[in-house]
Amino acid sequence: MPADVEGIAEQVFSALADPTRRAVLAALAAGGPATATDLADRLPITRQAIAKHLTLLANAGLVTAEPGERRRVRFRLQAGPMQVAQQFLAAMSRDWDRSLGALTEHLDRSIGGQDE
Amino acid sequence: MSFPDRIERTVDVAHPPEKVWAALTTAEGLSSWFGQKVTIDLRVGGAATMSWTDGPTVEMRVERLEEPTVFGYTWQIPGLPKDDPRRTYVEFTLERAGSGTRLTVVETGFAQLPTEMVRPNYDDHTSGWASELGELVSYLDAG
Repeated sequence: MPADVEGIAEQVFSALADPTRRAVLAALAAGGPATATDLADRLPITRQAIAKHLTLLANAGLVTAEPGERRRVRFRLQAGPMQVAQQFLAAMSRDWDRSLGALTEHLDRSIGGQDE
Repeated sequence: MSFPDRIERTVDVAHPPEKVWAALTTAEGLSSWFGQKVTIDLRVGGAATMSWTDGPTVEMRVERLEEPTVFGYTWQIPGLPKDDPRRTYVEFTLERAGSGTRLTVVETGFAQLPTEMVRPNYDDHTSGWASELGELVSYLDAG
């Protein structure tokens, strides 16, 4: 595993901790690359606030800036870093405690009487 | 490193390994506690599926089969796309403990890093999509 995984995870989770940034990322995921103005039309957030968050997200490598129409900067979601966070969440969401509890209950319920 | 690669749990159950084995390796057993609909081709390399009424169907592959002590399979990682090739490996070990069984489950492989997260590869991927959409638009425009 590359050494910068922790750094990537930190950036992703910091980005996701803020509701405005979550809204911006969700909008880019749902609708594809967009300018700050496009996003301000779609979200109940001012263009200035969106631009500030987009700059922060771009510095963290979670979105990339590219030339858009009418000399506006368009932002594109970079899903790669999100997958690092997803790996982490995958381990958290594997619920062996519940599954093994269900297995124990199943064994006790269905065949317990035959074993003793 | 705070990324967990390995999950391990041990439970003691008051039933012999043969009973536990059946619960782990048969469609009937598995559907009683694990999945809701289960199919399993019980041989090394055999395919198995588990599905839940309001969830996805999970595809599994039997990897180790040493009745009644070791059952191992690989399956998809939660949250990744269905066509993602990465898998975690799950291994159940059954040890006779008195009249019961000590059951250990170990799941490994969560720390596999997506190779496509490396930016150049990722950019290939996204620009590939953009150019494919571009080709579609050109095709439609031409028609």
